[in-house]
Formats: sequence, C-alpha cells, structure tokens
Amino acid sequence: MNPIIEIRGLSYTYPDGKQALHEINLTIKTGEKVALVGANGAGKSTLLLSLNGVLQGEGAVFINGIEVKRENLRYIRAMVGIVFQNPDDQLFSPTVFEDVAYGPMYQGFSKVMVQERVKQALQAVRMEDYVNRNPHHLSHGEKKRIAIATVLSMQSQILALDEPTSELDPRARRELIALLLELPQTMIVATHDLDLARQLTTRTVLLSQGRIIADDITTNILNNEILLTDHELN
Amino acid sequence: MWQVRMESNSPVHRADARVKVTLTLAFILFLNMAPHQAWPIYILFLTVLLSMILLARMSIWRVIRRTLLVTPFILAAFPLIFSGPVPHLSISIFGSDVIKYSPEGLGRFISIAVKAWLSTSAAIMLTLTTSFPDILTALAYYGVPKLFIAILGLMWRYLFIINDEVLRMMRARDSRSAVTPCTQQVGGSLFWRARVTGSMVGSLLLRSLERSVRLYAAMLSRGYNGELFTLEANALSHTERRILSLGVLLLGVLWGMSLFIGD
Amino acid sequence: MFFAPVLSRHPMHIPDGFLSLLVSIIFWMISIIVIRIALRKTNQTLDERQVPLMGVLAAAIFAGQMLNFSVTGGTSGHLLGAAIATILLGPWAAVLVMTSVVIVQALLFQDGGLLALGANIFNMAVVGVFVSYAIYTWLITLFRKQSWGMLFAGFVAAWGSIFVASLSCALQLALSGTSPANIAIPAMGGIHVLIGIGEGLITLGALAFLFVAQKDLLTTQGNIKITNKGILIGGSVIALMLTVLSPLASSHPDGLEWVAEQHGFLENAREALYEFIPDYVMPGISNPALATIAAGILGAIIVFSVAYGVARAEKRVTKGKSLRG
Repeated sequence: MNPIIEIRGLSYTYPDGKQALHEINLTIKTGEKVALVGANGAGKSTLLLSLNGVLQGEGAVFINGIEVKRENLRYIRAMVGIVFQNPDDQLFSPTVFEDVAYGPMYQGFSKVMVQERVKQALQAVRMEDYVNRNPHHLSHGEKKRIAIATVLSMQSQILALDEPTSELDPRARRELIALLLELPQTMIVATHDLDLARQLTTRTVLLSQGRIIADDITTNILNNEILLTDHELN
Repeated sequence: MWQVRMESNSPVHRADARVKVTLTLAFILFLNMAPHQAWPIYILFLTVLLSMILLARMSIWRVIRRTLLVTPFILAAFPLIFSGPVPHLSISIFGSDVIKYSPEGLGRFISIAVKAWLSTSAAIMLTLTTSFPDILTALAYYGVPKLFIAILGLMWRYLFIINDEVLRMMRARDSRSAVTPCTQQVGGSLFWRARVTGSMVGSLLLRSLERSVRLYAAMLSRGYNGELFTLEANALSHTERRILSLGVLLLGVLWGMSLFIGD
Repeated sequence: MFFAPVLSRHPMHIPDGFLSLLVSIIFWMISIIVIRIALRKTNQTLDERQVPLMGVLAAAIFAGQMLNFSVTGGTSGHLLGAAIATILLGPWAAVLVMTSVVIVQALLFQDGGLLALGANIFNMAVVGVFVSYAIYTWLITLFRKQSWGMLFAGFVAAWGSIFVASLSCALQLALSGTSPANIAIPAMGGIHVLIGIGEGLITLGALAFLFVAQKDLLTTQGNIKITNKGILIGGSVIALMLTVLSPLASSHPDGLEWVAEQHGFLENAREALYEFIPDYVMPGISNPALATIAAGILGAIIVFSVAYGVARAEKRVTKGKSLRG
C-alpha cells in the first residue's frame, strides 16, 4: 500500500537563520496514528506546517503521492487538516456553525451539503448542541473541540494536531483523548503529553533539534528513560 | 520587510537619535523646498545621502531597493508631462501620429520622482539606524506630548505580538481554504470572503480589547495611576550640537543654491 | 495608469515630494491641533485607561490591516480601520489610534512620507474618523428601529470614510500642483469608490461578529449620546464640502487658481534674490548643464572619499583586533 505521507530529505531554515529541520525522512501509512514528541524548539510545529505547505523548505513532501508545492497547495489542504495549538487563531466566526462551515463553503459545496458536513463534524466531537453558540464564549476545552470540528468538516484523510491537550484541565483532557481515539483518520500528533502518545498512538517519532532521533513503537520509546532524558522529555 | 534598526557599530548607528531625526527632517525639508529641475542640487543631496549610507556601513542597494516601492505613486504626477505649461513640443510615434508634450512638465515630473526617491531613502536611513524607542525619546525631547509618546510606546511593545497573532490567524484560514476536484464555485462569494475577513478583524479587535483590559489591570497592580514618566534625556554634547548645526547649515546652503539653479 | 497606485498596498499614503511645502505645513498644523484636542478629550473621558487601551488597539488595527480577502486575480481588499475604530472607541480615541497607525506606517514601511505625514494623518485619522462618525451617527439614528440598522450604518460609514478621505488626498495633490485636479479627483475618487466597498464589507463583518460576541461594546461606548456634536457637525461639513467641491474643482482644466499663484509667488521671490546677489558669485549658473556636470563630479569625488575613509577606518580596526590577537 502506498504511504499517505512521505517526507524525503526535508530541511527548513527560518528567515532569521535558525535551522529548524535537518534532512527529515518519514513515511506514514494510511490509518496510522503517529505521535511526534520532542522538547520545545525541536521542530515539531515546523514539521506539521510543512505538511500542508504553510512552510516550504528544501526536500520534498508527498501527500497521497502529490507533491506539496505551490500549484498543488489548494488540493493538499483538502487532504491534510491541521489543528493548531491555539484555538483562538482558528475560530473567527460569530457562530460555531459558520466556523465549522468555512472549509466546505470555501470548497464550494452546496448549502445542503455544507449543513450535512457541519452536522457530522459536530457529532464527531460531540458538540451538536453548540451549533449556534458564539465561539468566543466557550471554554478552552470546548474551543479545542470545535477547532477539530472545523477541520473534520473538510473530511480530510489526515489530521495533524499541534499540542491538542495543552492547557486543558484533566476532565477536558480525558474527553479530548477519548474523542481522538474514536476518529478513524490517519493522525500525526505533535505533543509533550507523553501519556497522550501512549494512549492514542502505536508509533512515536522522537524529534530533537530538528532531527529524527528515534522512530519506533510507542511503548519502546516511552519506556526508554535514558532516551527521554537525553532529549529533555523527562 | 519591516524596517527596524539593524545592529551595527557605525558612527551613524551610535549617534544620538535627536541628531539623526533632526538631520533627516532637515534633509527632507530642504530638498522639498528646492524648486523643480534643480538637477545639480539634487545630485548634491544624493551625494549627502550616499555618504551617510557609506558611513553607516550599509548596503546601498538595500536602501535603494526599498525606495523603489514608492514608484507606483509617481504615476499620479504623470499627467504633468502633458498638462504642463507651454511651450508644447511634438514627438512623433509610429510615423504619422504625433503627441504633444511639455518639456517643462516633464522636468517637473522627473523632479517630483527624484525628490520622492531621495526623501524616502532618507527616511529609510533613519529607521534602519535608529531604534523606535530612541526615536520616541527624541520626539519627547522635542515636545511631543507625553501621553502620545506613551501610546506609541505601548503600541510598539504589542505590535510584534499582535502581528504574530494575525499571521497565525491567516495561516489557519489558509489551511482551511482548499479545493476539491468535484466542486465548481470555489472560494465562496466575494461578499462571503469579505465578511469572513471582517469576522477575523472583529475577533482580533475583541481579543485586543480584552488584552488591553488585562494590561491595564497589570499596570494598576504595579502602581500605575495615570502619571507618565519619561526618562529625562541628557543634554546634547558639544560635538553633537556642532554636528547638528553644521548638518542643518550645509543642507540649508544646498537649498539656497538651488534657488538660483532651478525654476 | 491610475490604477497603478492600487497595486501598492496603500494608495492613499502620499510619499514625500508630491506635496508643496505650503500644503504640507497647513495640514501639519491642522493635524496637530486636532491631535491636541483629542489628547485632552481622551484624558477627560478615559483617564488612566487610555494608554493601555489606545496603545493595544493601535497595534491591533495596524496588524489587522494585513487581513485581506482576494478580489480577482492578484488584487485583494484590505482594511484601513478608521470606521471600525470610531465605532468601537469613539471619535477622539479613534483619532489618536489612527494617527499612531499612520505614523508607524510611515516609519516602518515608508508608507507615506515624513513631510507629508501631516496631510496623511489629516486624511486618514481626521477625515476618516470624523466622516465615519458623522455618517454612522446620522444613519443609526435614522434606522434605529431596524435590526439591520447598525450594520448598514457601519457599512456606509466605512465606505464614506475611504471615499471622502481619497477626495481630500486628491485635493491636496491638486493644490500642490502635482496632479491636475480634473484627473486626480475623478481617478482617486473613482478607485476609492471600489476600495471603499471592501472597507465597508470588512467593517460589516467585524460589526456582525462583535454584535454577537459582545453587544455592549457597540452601544455603550456612549459617544453617540455624549455631546460630540462638534465632530458630528465637523464630520458632516467635511464630507459635504469635499464631495461638492471635488466635481467643481475637477472641471477646471488647469487645476486651481491657487496653484498658479503659488508658482508666481516663488517667481517673484527669486527675482528679488537675483537682484541682490550678482551673477559672478555663483559662476556657471547661467549654464545649467555645466552646473549639473560639475555637481556630478564633485558628488562622485565626495562619495569616493567617504568610501575610502570608511574602508581605511575599518582596516585599522581589524588590524588592531588581529594585533591584539
């Protein structure tokens, strides 16, 4: 089976000169749930943003066999849905409905289709009742779930999440993890939350200073105390 | 992209902000007061500018490149070429067709372009060699109301933070702006896109308002009661005063000379 | 040809070189007076809150001007923000916020010149704000009963702020003799009729969002009730004057009388100077080509000397450093 994500020799240097990624090689198959762990500044977010072309470095990234470059970005973005760390950056409409509807509406679906997709997306995150609420007034945990819904409504095959459990209280966190476990999409989750990785993913990639240090079954990595300490994860 | 002060140890960078602000304004003022078509004087003003760029150890291309962005506006003066005062000369294009133009008008048009480019370069030099807080201190010294300086200072402080926030918002929206092969009218209607942008603005403003309330609370808890204190700047040193006077004098002389040359 | 300014992000920010000295000074003076009044007024109404409020909002509007939506091909619609600032903060605070934005734009991006800054502040922070205030207040009182009243008022106020400001800009260019009035005014006005629609739509979207998220922001700013009759009248007068004056001015093929007078005045001054200082003090003046070449040579010599001097100074420094090891 062809990999759904293929990254070959990806390097990225920020305009200010800092090199965030060095020759990353990574292959992810359909349906895999992969955790991307690493200390702050390891390059996790940079890697995620390279998946849908927000950041374009050297090397090549292929989504479903299509290369991530300028002329393909509009299609790539339908296939890869990124959920950013701060939900405030992603929720900008007066109602939850409009926020979740943005994706399919931009894609040009009919009104009926859009409504259907919004309904499905909200059901998947268990927030159908929130449809007419104003996102600004929701709790952090609720916002995070709506943010996921805004991406689900696009029915992307790949979900990339950046620190999904950050700043959540214990209950909201548990609910979010339960939610993520139910979603069938291929997932790549950048996180500090090692427990999330353990519960959610079967494979973990350890990133440190822009390089992949280890790529193995989740339990192998998370049980390796020395490895974790060496790379500031303990 | 943003013209902020670049680190350097050149004498220009190290000079007091008040000297730089005054000389930049004097440069722009005297240049613009010079009449049209005073070409020799424009050349001398260019000389002053180039010398300053070299003294500041900056790349000339870097400064000039930024200046070129002013160019589209120059087209506003384009009609002068044709509507300028008589006499009007004719030039023929494509054989029998003839256009009348005014050499005087052309001269004025080019003068405006030159002045615009030189003035903008001077302003760029100021920004690249002087940090914004230093410019504010210079403005405070020259009598700009403290309240206004405080507002500008706080704006500067939050500019980069909020700018990053907006960048993230745009990235998030771009990430959800996609195309599938099976649909036709992509991107929604123009009105919808404008409204979405409006929502983003509204969301940004609302969060900024809340941020300002938190900031106010933080300021209060540090004893802020509305009184504004600016650090008193030292008086200018003798050398600085001399450089300032000489500079202004030189630029003034250039202007004086231009009155005889231009029209 | 006149659509070229549209390609630059800010077609209303006048760079240096385009406005005559007289026009620049006049508008500097007007802007300074208005800013001083605004500082006094916000001191009264906002007190210590004013600095954090206006500082952060100025940063927000500045950054918010980046938010765009694509129109066709490569063009996009942007926000200026005078109208939304006025509606949210009231006119005096909006004046200060927009002034800050225009100043920082001039310094950071060279969007607008430093000498012309007074005129740019006048166009965007004074006209933009006052006209929005006037239009918004009139319309919202008129359509108070309608649910869409606020949105409609906001749209028209935003559109008006852009359109009238552009007329003011065109008049400044015409008064300076840079652009003939009969071209500048229709061109600027015409382009900004369209750009104003973008501003109106974005403002509409912002108001719709704010209405749902925090309604009280839009009603209890209370400045509609406070006696800002001054601005109401001022803004209405400016809007009317500019919209009526412009077609009149643009029907003059030579621009305005004033322009001719300005040039005449300078001519007279120069005649007087010539009589004072005889020709031999400034040799070569009678031959402008010679003077230009002489200036060119002199300039080149000076620049190369400076470059040489700087290079030698640097060599001495690096030599000194390497000697010290």
